[in-house]
Amino acid sequence: MKILALDSSGLVASVAVVEDDGINGNLLAEYTVNYKKTHSQTLLPMLDEIARMIELDLNTIDAVAVAAGPGSFTGLRIGSATAKGLGLALNKPLVHVPTVDSLAYNLYGTDRVICPLMDARRNQVYTGIYEFRNNELSVIEPQMAVGIDVVAGKLRDLGREVIFLGDGVPVFREVLTEQLMAGQKFSFAPAHLNKQRAGAVAALAVSYVRAGRVETAAEHKPDYLRPSQAERERAEKEKKEKLHG
Amino acid sequence: MSTDREKDIYILAIESSCDETAASVVKNGRHVLSNIISSQIELHKLYGGVVPEIASRKHIEKINQVIQEALDTAGMTLDDMDAIGVTYGPGLVGALLVGVAEAKAISYAKKLPLVGVHHIEGHISANYIENPDLEPPFVCLVVSGGHTHLVIVRDYGKYEILGRTRDDAAGEAFDKVARAIGLGYPGGPKIDKLSKEGNPDAIAFPRAKLEDSPYDFSFSGLKSAVLNYLNGCKMKGETVNRADVAASFQKAVCDVLVEHAMLAVRNSGLDKFAIAGGVASNSSLRAALGDACEKNGIKFYHPSPILCTDNAAMIGAAAYYEFLAGRRDGLDLNAVPNLKLGER
Repeated sequence: MKILALDSSGLVASVAVVEDDGINGNLLAEYTVNYKKTHSQTLLPMLDEIARMIELDLNTIDAVAVAAGPGSFTGLRIGSATAKGLGLALNKPLVHVPTVDSLAYNLYGTDRVICPLMDARRNQVYTGIYEFRNNELSVIEPQMAVGIDVVAGKLRDLGREVIFLGDGVPVFREVLTEQLMAGQKFSFAPAHLNKQRAGAVAALAVSYVRAGRVETAAEHKPDYLRPSQAERERAEKEKKEKLHG
Repeated sequence: MSTDREKDIYILAIESSCDETAASVVKNGRHVLSNIISSQIELHKLYGGVVPEIASRKHIEKINQVIQEALDTAGMTLDDMDAIGVTYGPGLVGALLVGVAEAKAISYAKKLPLVGVHHIEGHISANYIENPDLEPPFVCLVVSGGHTHLVIVRDYGKYEILGRTRDDAAGEAFDKVARAIGLGYPGGPKIDKLSKEGNPDAIAFPRAKLEDSPYDFSFSGLKSAVLNYLNGCKMKGETVNRADVAASFQKAVCDVLVEHAMLAVRNSGLDKFAIAGGVASNSSLRAALGDACEKNGIKFYHPSPILCTDNAAMIGAAAYYEFLAGRRDGLDLNAVPNLKLGER
């Protein structure tokens, strides 16, 4: 099975191709750039570059995987529209990989609890809590948009050693270290493992495809974990009117 | 360029600059084989106007179905296409990016040339579709919710801008006045309809003239005059005749558009005039321009309403002439939200 994967959900733009015959898994190519957010201009040229290097015939891939949220709304749509266009043109299924799950998958095999953090602005973080059980990624708390104090509270309740990763780490490192996780055992993942990588999206997608978790390119859409601001404000207004009206 | 003219050119065009997700298959720039438009208007009505984030979310949900339907309706597949055309500006950046990323991926996967299209050039090119005799040069008035431009189309893809709005676009003024008299969104068609029951000479609203540029427009003064009039009526306790307000406002907009357009055609020495854009389907504007053109011996071109609204057939028409002129875009094509007419 050959999977092409894209991730443009955050600051990183990443593309990868993984081949897996059920016994051996191979990352044939991965191109990850964490420099300025110009995903619209860079994502497809990056794919073109690795495809040429590994002489990839796009028709030989089995599915297109995409980090489908949460993340930057625009970034998610660049990844999803690219994946949908490829799926439509190549007549291949898509694999919807939750962004936070794929971040957690970077830390395969650890005996600690994994907590990815993506800065979600508005005093929130896109996060989740994971562990590896019998060598499989297992979800303790599914991906969510919450305050950093909320996820830290859940981690304290678990009382296990934690590894944090993600582009939210620089934002929350201080408050975690000095307040929320003070006295707890935790660490931060190193540079080569701490951001989105399309290789992890592809590897996780292999298991999804085996489990039949695919969708058509037409039905695919990102999972933002959040309504738009206009929808949120409208819902709040309606709620208020109900209370007072 | 004329060497390979026997071969037909098929273009799959994609448009997602605002609140319509659209795709079309166009043959040789002028024959529309399919024109699929998924409108989000009902969704945005709840908010009194287009909400960019909601528009972008809807685009990504619909785009593949719309493209597939365009191909199916044309009875063709991507393998039959010669190029992909896509709107890359101007418009809402998040909305544009959906179409641009999708078009680039299709172009890449099928090894098809990619042609980026200016949205307004698309509107102008809508005139080619139903008028086989229309060729540049001609004068064109582009009027929509986001744009008001008076241009000379010197050649395919060559535009000389004579005038533009200094503030609100004509369609924007329609929307704002419609909201003020409680008609809701979108304002254009509603004012057009209500005007038929009103007296266009009932209220004397101003026609803005800009001393330094006879071709430029300004509609914010007119909009304010309408709001002041409504306020005045409210203060005095008078009931407002909404039909009269709508008709008088619409007449004021049309008068200015017609006057500037006719001046431009006269000074250009050309004898062909076309309109384009969403407001170009306004019945009163069409009638007024038709009369003025007839009086001045000018041939008047106008797309049917379905081609005035945002659509992909017009993008396919514009893409065809760009394609013939050799324009090819790379995989790094980006959305340009404030792309100027004639810019590359």
